[in-house]
Amino acid sequence: MEQKIMLGNEAIARGAYEAGVKVSSAYPGTPSTEISENLVQYDEIYAEWAPNEKVAVEVASGASISGVRSMACMKHVGLNVAADPLFTMSYIGVKGGMVLVVADDPGMYSSQNEQDTRMVGRSGMIPVVEPSDSQEAKDFFKYAFDLSEKYDTPMILRTTTRLAHSQGLVTLEERCEPNDIPYERDIQKHVMMPAMAIKRHLHVEKRLNDMALDACDMPINKVEMGDTSIGFITCGIAYQYVKEVCPEASVLKLGLVNPLPRKLIEDFASKVDRLVIFEELEPVIEEQVKSWGIACEGKELFTRQGEYSANMLRKAILNKPAEVDEAEQVPARPPILCPGCPHRSVYSVLNKLKIHAAGDIGCYTLGAVAPLSVVDTTICMGSSISSLHGMEKAKGKEFIKNWVAVIGDSTFLHTGVNSLMNMVYNKATGTVIILDNSTTGMTGHQDHAATGKTLKGEPTYAINIYNLIKAMGIEHVYEINAFDTAELETVIKREQERDEVSVIITKSPCVLLKGQKFPDKCVPLSDKCKKCGACLRPGCPALTKNADGTISIDETMCNACGLCMQLCKFGAIVKEAK
Amino acid sequence: MTTTNIMIVGVGGQGTLLTSRILGRLASTAGYDVKISEVHGMSQRGGSVVTYVRYGESVAEPIVEEGQADVLIAFERLEALRYLHFVKKDGTVIVNDQRMDPITVVTGQAEYPEGIIEKIQSRRKTLVVDAMDVALKIGSPKSFNVVVLGAAAKSMSYTREQWIEVIKNTVPPKTIDKNLEAFEAGYSM
Repeated sequence: MEQKIMLGNEAIARGAYEAGVKVSSAYPGTPSTEISENLVQYDEIYAEWAPNEKVAVEVASGASISGVRSMACMKHVGLNVAADPLFTMSYIGVKGGMVLVVADDPGMYSSQNEQDTRMVGRSGMIPVVEPSDSQEAKDFFKYAFDLSEKYDTPMILRTTTRLAHSQGLVTLEERCEPNDIPYERDIQKHVMMPAMAIKRHLHVEKRLNDMALDACDMPINKVEMGDTSIGFITCGIAYQYVKEVCPEASVLKLGLVNPLPRKLIEDFASKVDRLVIFEELEPVIEEQVKSWGIACEGKELFTRQGEYSANMLRKAILNKPAEVDEAEQVPARPPILCPGCPHRSVYSVLNKLKIHAAGDIGCYTLGAVAPLSVVDTTICMGSSISSLHGMEKAKGKEFIKNWVAVIGDSTFLHTGVNSLMNMVYNKATGTVIILDNSTTGMTGHQDHAATGKTLKGEPTYAINIYNLIKAMGIEHVYEINAFDTAELETVIKREQERDEVSVIITKSPCVLLKGQKFPDKCVPLSDKCKKCGACLRPGCPALTKNADGTISIDETMCNACGLCMQLCKFGAIVKEAK
Repeated sequence: MTTTNIMIVGVGGQGTLLTSRILGRLASTAGYDVKISEVHGMSQRGGSVVTYVRYGESVAEPIVEEGQADVLIAFERLEALRYLHFVKKDGTVIVNDQRMDPITVVTGQAEYPEGIIEKIQSRRKTLVVDAMDVALKIGSPKSFNVVVLGAAAKSMSYTREQWIEVIKNTVPPKTIDKNLEAFEAGYSM
């Protein structure tokens, strides 16, 4: 059989293909994005980008009710957006199997919090499977569809950043085509009015109890008996660290992490002298095991924060910390906006006008830190507009005269649009800036409802953001080139004085979007340079200050966006052909 | 065999992902079990990035931890120093002698350290490569990372032919010739 090195996310896409999935819907979110991008290669699967995760889960739900296998993918915080349909789909159950892939981010490589999806699974009474490598990512995903149909439940496949973005060898298999399930009208199951839901709640409880019993014999829950002086219960990527450090120890590796196989755990615990639970983030397994009166160690040894490691086990279990030199104290290198990024241009104007921004989720969150220092708040997708509104209602119109909300085009269509409706409806004052760079940037350039292209790359209708906002009844809507700093300054100043909602759409494509050509570069003229440093202020990484106070521009990085030229009052930077 | 641990570090956008994929494919074509761990998303935007490649008979964890790296390939000086404590006492550092100021240096919050190369050389077996210079000479500045890889190739147990085969199959088709030229330039250093 063919073997291939695959990213965890790539393996999940392959699993979808092999499992006979027909419909997938998702909103991009690191570390889950590459699943949908890899589904594109399989013509048998209809795969799409939805404007947000709630929509994606509802699309998958409809597909399942109609009788086909369906899926939706999201990052952990996306599951919060999708919680509403999911928690009721838990009652409805499935016709065709339905599995969500939810990617957690221990260590917060690209996220605003570190929540544990297993907890959401427990509260929604939804079973959760968790793989430990790329091969299992594919196999468990397929198995989850079988469980989904057998127990009449939506399922969650939980991954983490480390699993989603690690590559390992995967054995490929053929696609199975599940039997076509004809649609049947069944309001007792598919219409969740109280009378029906009350009955379905009983089913939900029974299903979880049945599953917990059956889980003792499921192949994804695996006992590896070895040295019985210590036994680990572990799951996900943490299992790999146990195998790395204590290959001789006894291990109960849980593939189904909700519900737990109580009998199997009791049995395993009785055979080992010391029981250690090794699970990243929350003590989900540990608290349940302790509640059954089984003595074990867990979070007193290992943190609830960040990623786990083999060195952590070497220290806590073997008492043999790895011999490691002190880490050198060196300057931090946080991520920054790219050279030629249109956000930098808009932020340099806001910074000059000393305006605070209620921020949102995207590359432009980086505007919070020096030297731009414009963004004051970031909560979640879409929150910039609604939190600005909250400030105005709390502190009055004058308070927000030097505030704006900033939000990207993709984030605006995700949930920002609701917040803007709320401003209009509730007679708000405030300026909203939509940083329209024609893509979902931070997650790696995915299309969305306003780009004119589908996930599969086909041309499609593009939502016109300007007209959409106009249709809400907002009179003052302006589209401005993101690099026209003079015009931006004039319009922002004017709109800040207005006692109603206004929207400024700053337009310029993300500099990393493919298909663009940058034939020019900016060149400093040192004889004209007055060494004032104005060009350096927005922190473009292509610019460096020389020892004598003049500047250099790295031509391999420069895209000739011209922001530094506009900031130079002395004509000491010019554009030239590369 | 024991597992070989390789780290590739640099600044987001320098091509650590491509490099780790070449190394991963090389190991799997040679018949090893292999795991690669990457960084996607926000950290890629000009920040410090690190990828891991581990290969051997059977590989469990996908990352390389402090004190465990056999080879550290660094595309930038400061990044080599940042991750130096990950390298085994008898491990090797291949460092591209390039300076890229992090934003903390640009804004004056920190200073770019002096004498980085000397510091690294005093602690670990080190190969210093001026890859950008070489890449510019062959007219392909973007291939500097493959020059570094060529220089690193000698610290690993694959044949020159194995490397060439995998590079051909991994880089974008239009760039094969330039990348092979870059590899040869690094390999002959």
